[in-house]
Amino acid sequence: MKLKILDLSFSYDNVKTLKNISLNVEGGEILGIIGPNGSGKTTLLKCINRKLRPETGAVLIADKDILKFSRKEIAKNIGVVPQISFISFPFTVFDIVMMGRYSHQLRFKKETEKDTSIIWRSLEITGIKHLSERPITEISGGEYQRVIIARALAQQPKILLLDEPTLHLDINHQLEILDLVCNLARKEKLAVVMVLHDLNMAARFSDKLLLLEKGKVYGADFVQNVLTCENIEKVFQVKVKISHDSETNILNVSPLYVIPPSVIKN
Amino acid sequence: MKKKLILLFLTAGLILTLLLTLTLGPVHITVKTVIKILLSNIFDIPRTWPDNFEQIILNVRLPRILLGMLVGSALSISGCAMQSIFRNPMASPYVLGVSSGGAFGSSVVIVLGAPQVLIMPVAFFFSLLAVFLVYYLAKTGTKIPVETLLLAGIALSLFFSALTSFIQYVAAEGQLREIIFWLMGGLWASNWNKVLTSFPIIFSGTICLVFFYRELNILLIGEEQAQDVGVEVETARKIILVLAALVTATAVAVSGIIGFVGLIIPHIMRIIIGTDHRFLLPASCICGSIFLVWVDTFARTLISPTELPVGIITALIGVPFFLFLLKRRKRLSGF
Repeated sequence: MKLKILDLSFSYDNVKTLKNISLNVEGGEILGIIGPNGSGKTTLLKCINRKLRPETGAVLIADKDILKFSRKEIAKNIGVVPQISFISFPFTVFDIVMMGRYSHQLRFKKETEKDTSIIWRSLEITGIKHLSERPITEISGGEYQRVIIARALAQQPKILLLDEPTLHLDINHQLEILDLVCNLARKEKLAVVMVLHDLNMAARFSDKLLLLEKGKVYGADFVQNVLTCENIEKVFQVKVKISHDSETNILNVSPLYVIPPSVIKN
Repeated sequence: MKKKLILLFLTAGLILTLLLTLTLGPVHITVKTVIKILLSNIFDIPRTWPDNFEQIILNVRLPRILLGMLVGSALSISGCAMQSIFRNPMASPYVLGVSSGGAFGSSVVIVLGAPQVLIMPVAFFFSLLAVFLVYYLAKTGTKIPVETLLLAGIALSLFFSALTSFIQYVAAEGQLREIIFWLMGGLWASNWNKVLTSFPIIFSGTICLVFFYRELNILLIGEEQAQDVGVEVETARKIILVLAALVTATAVAVSGIIGFVGLIIPHIMRIIIGTDHRFLLPASCICGSIFLVWVDTFARTLISPTELPVGIITALIGVPFFLFLLKRRKRLSGF
């Protein structure tokens, strides 16, 4: 068991944002989190790496409660690719990825050979070796996201959290990034938890889905069991058609129209 | 390595500054004589210069220049650290009220007629008080907006200035003179005692700050990402603030308020050597030393035999720079 969440609840200013969430993610597995805006997806991710402290419940990594972890120990176990991250300072790509080594470094010791070789490996896996000396301020959105993923990899984590990693990217780069994430899960045996807005992408790249509605788990299971017309219509209030392309084995969600509130009440 | 070369270059500049500024003053002494006098303390060199030259170099100019270097580097490095932890180009010990806090503390010690050794610890206490008040006042949620930080800093500065004015009002004649001279900020009252007491604090504070270069780099890219890679953000910020307040307060205790050095120098260094604090912090330190020593040399030679308070000159240079930053706040080396 890599990542386990037990009965987790969280409130912002006395408003319950997350209610009794439980989930499991194994190494090599991708869990997609879907749900409407404000359903608590990002909050859940922040609770996992203790940027927010849950009111009740626990987050366990390899059966150890992360409340007992230091910030550095959390970083050694969990890598994060945040939703929006914009860096305006002209650090080189190499320097940014080196920041991922922070949790492994000692204050009075210089960067070691090991640090450097891990950086190069992270850059290689993410396919951005050639950018190492470029300032982070001068690269494209797709490249930037790879740098952030490379930095997370440099932490040598067992778990990777991604909050809409494909936001603002074109379809080419969306696929590239998600393929990369998929490879990381399979080859590096990372447990991946990924928030995605795009239901088609979520369906295609996740092993399991967690559907959140107003802070509660509405459904959590294999993709085809969660991504049903009834579930989507209930949670998103949108009429959808879900088709399965047998040729490509891809599930396709087509939104049709918004269900008027009056209809929902009946 | 280009950055190391720049540091080497700056260090050479610092040594050159020391030698050249030692020659300048009402009595002109050649570089050759200066070097001979300096070496005569270590080696046996035949004395070919008048006795008063040795007095001027060793007991008047040298302590003043060394103190200028210490103060310049203290103000620059703490300005640099503050700009980075607040991610705010306008932050500096002067703008954030740290200097005013220290000045108030020092005035209290002077007016109470307490022993001079108390000036440093009391100045440190009030600098620390000022910086943490500003920190908590400016913080809205987890963010520290530029506007609130500046306003909180200015408000605190005004408050401490008012308190200092009150102290001036109740001060006796002799003390008043002492306080006023000292508030203007200057290096004229330099002596070996001040150099020797401030050196260990400023030196060790600076070394400690340099060892926080990783945290400073990471904090620049944002609080959330800093947490993601394992930085204990609040703790790191507080330690850095305490160190910055410590070196600033020491500088204030020996030289009064010399504003804007901590604002200008780090920005110039960012343009020259980049944002990596491993190089930026030492570079700011050395450049701050060079800058303040030259400005002070200017201050003491311009209208010789009297002199200008160096704080006035740094303000005359610094205020336009501050306004320039305010006007084009975006995209000056990343801020």
